[in-house]
Amino acid sequence: MDKTIVSPAAAVADIGDGATVMIGGFGGSGAPVELIHALVDAGPRNLTVVNNNAGNGHVGLAALIEQGQVARLICSFPRSTDPKVFTDLYFAGKIELEIVPQGTLAERIRAGGAGIPAFYTPTSYGTELAEGKPVAEFDGRHYVQERWLKADFALIKAELGDPLGNLTYRMAALNFNPLMAMAAEKTIAQVSRIVPAGSIDPEHVVTPGIFVDGVVEISEPKQEEVLNREGAVYP
Amino acid sequence: MSAQLDAIKLSNAQIAWRAAQDIEDGAYVNLGIGFPEMIAKFQPEGRDVIYHTENGVLGFGAAPAEGEEDWDLINAGKKAVTLKPSAAFFHHADSFAMVRGGHLDLAVLGAYQVAENGDLANWSTGKGGVPAVGGAMDLVHGARRVAVVTDHVTRKGEPKLVQRCSMPLTGLACVTRIYTSLAVVDIENGHFVLREKLLQISFDDLQAVTGAELKVEGDFADLAVPEL
Repeated sequence: MDKTIVSPAAAVADIGDGATVMIGGFGGSGAPVELIHALVDAGPRNLTVVNNNAGNGHVGLAALIEQGQVARLICSFPRSTDPKVFTDLYFAGKIELEIVPQGTLAERIRAGGAGIPAFYTPTSYGTELAEGKPVAEFDGRHYVQERWLKADFALIKAELGDPLGNLTYRMAALNFNPLMAMAAEKTIAQVSRIVPAGSIDPEHVVTPGIFVDGVVEISEPKQEEVLNREGAVYP
Repeated sequence: MSAQLDAIKLSNAQIAWRAAQDIEDGAYVNLGIGFPEMIAKFQPEGRDVIYHTENGVLGFGAAPAEGEEDWDLINAGKKAVTLKPSAAFFHHADSFAMVRGGHLDLAVLGAYQVAENGDLANWSTGKGGVPAVGGAMDLVHGARRVAVVTDHVTRKGEPKLVQRCSMPLTGLACVTRIYTSLAVVDIENGHFVLREKLLQISFDDLQAVTGAELKVEGDFADLAVPEL
């Protein structure tokens, strides 16, 4: 078995118009910038994107949004140091926004990957973000029912990957990546290095290869924060 | 009144200092983005406090020197941080298991309004703008204590401690203590209970800028904070 993909372009080639795409990362940390830019180049439109944020500056997710490819965004915090791209489209009514509390977003994705269609959480009870959702009382406290979240594709970033898709991560770049890997029909990971099968200690594997469909090596991945400080614009 | 208040009120750094004094040795603490983050700077010496950030780090420390940033090592405010010995990384579902599962000792957040029943409004003014909630709605349910640091009144001089929040709620009956620019106030049984106030303001004047009754149980202390 070899899940290695030769290029970012080949990795995103199957993503078509109207797809739901989970994109890993928290701000720029753990964001698969090169895969996102390949998606900008490929040009599918009317995408639903799941990410914690709404992009920053004019690279990565912000570039995808700026090209008008994202019809709907599911996120917890659509603000950043330079949120203009998203904000302008939002107020122009050109992008739909579903705000989800961050922990609920993480758990909905985890549930999607774990085969749990719904769960109850104390988060958002009594607030406008709980409107229309079933509420139940357990042991004297109120909880809100939330549904799982799944996607057609997940684009994630990891550190080491092997041809079977086993992944390790670097520092806090973990964030949503291992969860999204579980929750998509097809998960593509960009990794800093593809190593031979057997060279990742099984005790160090964070995402087992069963959750991963493709691995593409980006040996020196760009950091969104660095690109923004350089004033980069994609494409 | 508001000019007088501006003259005596604590700075944000002083409010953060006061809040830091209550964080005990060994506590697991989440500090909200912005103002609450400042509390870590005033952690009293000799106490070991483990800071949690929603994006998956326990045991992070101060910002690195400029040029030393690693952008895979950030906090919830997307600022570069460093690691203390015994730090740990984890994914977002585990991070919020720590939050909702009751494993944090304390969360400190900012506020637009806090009601006397402990309701908190801190994520949306309800006046348009792009809504953004982040982890606030999760943090208020789970940490054993939820504290707020805030100015006592708005820029227009209106009370931020109120009977009922008029802005969109973050959580119901979740706040346990409020550190303001004028006082330290606990929330107990649906009431504001005054614990400390600045010596320079009378109880009546403090009550006048508070939107609900300030109860006094026994005695209250002077809110004494160093110049910072």
